[in-house]
Amino acid sequence: MISFNLLIFVSLAYVAFLFLVAFAAERRSAQGKTGWLRSSTIYTLSLSIYCTAWTFYGAVGYAARSGLEYLTIYLGPTLVMIGWWWLVRKLVRIGRTQRLTSIADLISSRYGKSTVLGVLVTVLAIVGTTPYIALQLQSVTQSIGVFAASSGETWLPRDLNSAAMWVAVGLAVFTVVFGTRNLDAHERHHGIVLAIAVEAVVKLFALMAVGIFVVWGIAGGVGPTLDLIDASAQSQWNPVSGRWIGLIFVSAGAFLCLPRMFQVLVVENSDERVLGTASWAFPAYLLLMSLFVMPIAVVGLDLMPEGSNPDLFVVTLPLSEGRQGLAILSFLGGFSSATSMVIVATLALATMVSNHIIVPSWLNARTPGAVVSGDVRRVVVISRRISIGVILAFGYIYFRLSGGGTALAVIGLVSFMGVVQVLPAMIGGVFWRGANRWGAGAGLIVGFTVWAWTNFLPSFGIDGAISQAVFEHGPFGIGWLRPQALFGITGMDPFVHALFWSMFLNTTAFMVVSILTFPNPLERLQGAQFVNVFDYSSGARTWSQSAAQAEDLLVMAQRILGGSVAQATFRAEAKSQGKAGFLPDVTPDFIGRLERELSGSVGAATAHAMIGQLTEGTMVSVEDLIAVADETAQIMEYSNELEAKSAEQERTARALLEANEKLTALSIQKDAFLSQISHELRTPMTSIRSFSDILRDSEVEDEARKRFAGIIHEESNRLTRLLDDLLDLGVLESGQVQLNMGQGSLADVLDRAVIASGADTGKLSILRKPGAEAILVQTDLDRLAQVFINLISNAAKYCASETPQLRITVREIDGETVVDFCDNGAGIPKESQSMIFEKFSRLEDEGKAGGAGLGLAICRQIMGALGGDVIYLPGQGGAAFRVTLPKTQALAAQ
Amino acid sequence: MIKSKRAEFLERSSYRQRRIRDGARLLPIVALVLMILPLMWPRNSPEQNQTSDGIIYIFGLWIFLVFVSLFLSRVLRFSDPSRDEEARIPRGGE
Repeated sequence: MISFNLLIFVSLAYVAFLFLVAFAAERRSAQGKTGWLRSSTIYTLSLSIYCTAWTFYGAVGYAARSGLEYLTIYLGPTLVMIGWWWLVRKLVRIGRTQRLTSIADLISSRYGKSTVLGVLVTVLAIVGTTPYIALQLQSVTQSIGVFAASSGETWLPRDLNSAAMWVAVGLAVFTVVFGTRNLDAHERHHGIVLAIAVEAVVKLFALMAVGIFVVWGIAGGVGPTLDLIDASAQSQWNPVSGRWIGLIFVSAGAFLCLPRMFQVLVVENSDERVLGTASWAFPAYLLLMSLFVMPIAVVGLDLMPEGSNPDLFVVTLPLSEGRQGLAILSFLGGFSSATSMVIVATLALATMVSNHIIVPSWLNARTPGAVVSGDVRRVVVISRRISIGVILAFGYIYFRLSGGGTALAVIGLVSFMGVVQVLPAMIGGVFWRGANRWGAGAGLIVGFTVWAWTNFLPSFGIDGAISQAVFEHGPFGIGWLRPQALFGITGMDPFVHALFWSMFLNTTAFMVVSILTFPNPLERLQGAQFVNVFDYSSGARTWSQSAAQAEDLLVMAQRILGGSVAQATFRAEAKSQGKAGFLPDVTPDFIGRLERELSGSVGAATAHAMIGQLTEGTMVSVEDLIAVADETAQIMEYSNELEAKSAEQERTARALLEANEKLTALSIQKDAFLSQISHELRTPMTSIRSFSDILRDSEVEDEARKRFAGIIHEESNRLTRLLDDLLDLGVLESGQVQLNMGQGSLADVLDRAVIASGADTGKLSILRKPGAEAILVQTDLDRLAQVFINLISNAAKYCASETPQLRITVREIDGETVVDFCDNGAGIPKESQSMIFEKFSRLEDEGKAGGAGLGLAICRQIMGALGGDVIYLPGQGGAAFRVTLPKTQALAAQ
Repeated sequence: MIKSKRAEFLERSSYRQRRIRDGARLLPIVALVLMILPLMWPRNSPEQNQTSDGIIYIFGLWIFLVFVSLFLSRVLRFSDPSRDEEARIPRGGE
């Protein structure tokens, strides 16, 4: 038989060990050696306070009663952690940028640093957590009772009560010592975190030890264990859909919303990167914790006498098998589960109570002198210590009142569903900028009320808090308000019923009220910062130009942060502004930063209120919000401008490049032009000179003389034409051309051109559509005719077809009159198309054409001068030119 | 308010990071579906309905999820370089 005193001794030794661990951790962090204290292992292990005595003892009881349903409680958090990229990462980032101290602070801060919401969440958390703390006390005393009974001592209820009280007192001392050392929650509680990490290892080790003992020591291996399960009362697995899904949802939500979970998950997190490890390591921890639950339950049901409490199988099984060492280890595991939960939950709640209830009331009671007199720091610490005591006292009183009879799992679920009422406001606040404090408040109140009515109060049993008559007929005989059949819908599982209605009405109220009401500027600012937390590097400013004096602010900051920290903060700020000493300029940015520092100690709402007193309420306004938005817009515009500028530079560079190429080409062209022109002039000159030499120097026959004179005449004509063309081109190019504007029919101009080119008498047949040509044009008709003549005679000259044809089409395209000249010849090769309008460009040998290659160049110059254009039209089956008449000068004939 | 302009096309490694993040977002959804899948199992006879099958399925799924999550956490990088660079421009000095 185990000595009961040995158990007490081991427990005390264990507690002393925890104190030592916590002290050592605090000392290390005080020396600045926080490296491994912030490691992902410690973080993951600290998350295990999710597994309380409810898991350690209660899961086995749950499995014994309802089979595999207990797994849902661990599957929910698994989902949250493997889905950390969605939500947990965002919460942690928000927690760090906003220096959140608790879940109440999150809600309060998100919704415009609302004090009321902070109080609401705090109250909700206390109501939801107190039974849970009672549950831990109960499980510890029950397990002590088991040992007492097995060692032959008879324990009266009075003894159990006093044991519970001593446990509560011990926990209060531990929490006060290690939880209220640092005021700034962001200095983090290394002592507590390390202690609960150690406890996490102990409880996992203990539960697995019992599990291994049960599977391999009693049942005889994995196969036989599974057989045993299939032969037990829980052999059939019939999950109820509503409960299965609902429980996964509730446990996932509670994992995020439980004050203690928020404390370790967000507040104590010092580095986002540890989340990556926790995302798989914590699910693995949960897996190991739940792995042996079913075997222990089944073997317990098999071996333990009828009527024994399955909640205590973890301790009673080893005891009944005579494994006292294992039983003590198991007891320590349960003790660890219970104590770590109570410590962190109490700490988190105390922070909430002091930041959202006590300090604001204290400040209010002492206005207006609050800031100038009294040490806030002391007030905060004392209020936190008192809160810790009060909360543990609540837990103890609840334990006494409830009598410790209810099954553990039921209390746990009631508590979970209570805190999950915060979930809509939390998720909405983090993902939906439209969420506002009215909506959050409405959702919280509605959800809280429905939960209390359908779940919390009925959990005391029929005739407990609610009389049987009300269960059956509703309050005051209002049937549709029956606590387990709201709106007359009966037959739902009470848990699913309560969960469905509370969450549905909560979310609906939250969203509808948010949609209908309008947030204040601070809320909108905070909303933007929370929802877009990954886009903001630091908090946007919440203050406009302020009337506060740096010295006043320093005085206040010293009272909250402590002298040295506050002075260091101010000095750093002054230095960054380029000033010496401790008093920086009071800029809105500085006030915003200071407020965040302070909120790490006393919560966002209180910090905001305190700064507000000094700055005389010159808080952010809608105009400031818009100004902030404008600044952003300006920055974006600036970067857009830069982008546009660089694009423009690129364009300019390209244009320069092109111009350069053109210049080079032009200079080449100029050389070519000069050589061309001299060539063109010299050829006729040469023949004129030689023939006139012959005529002068020798006797020539009459017929030959006539022929030579004819050649001279011909060549001088050609020379004259060339000079005329050159002169014409010169005039046109210099832009000094005289235009004789007149009005006439396009058909007439074309007629003249056809006749003048002499094409009508030649081989070329010209196809025209007289109907389309009846257009009045106002332009220099002679010049236009000159262009047409040129094009027609070109066709006559170059069209290589057997039966050369020229089709002249007049039509209107996009409101402009165009005249197309298309022949049926070979056309112009693609590579030459760009050259034909250049001077002296000829495609074939010059002899055939007899022209100097200036015609098309002149055409283009003329059309340019007239305000139109002439281009080569590819793909028409032959050479094709399109003359576009100037728009304003083309008039309809009618 | 500040929606830093993000690059539309990324180099190969950044692209892979984005897809890994998509995977990290997808995982809990798939996990949830797999967790509620047993609700749809046929349960016509006691043999189809054994608790031991449920244990094997759920814990098998759990182990699978742990390993997928382990893999993702190993390959996921926290900061997105393509985004941070651009975010730095409008921010200026802090």
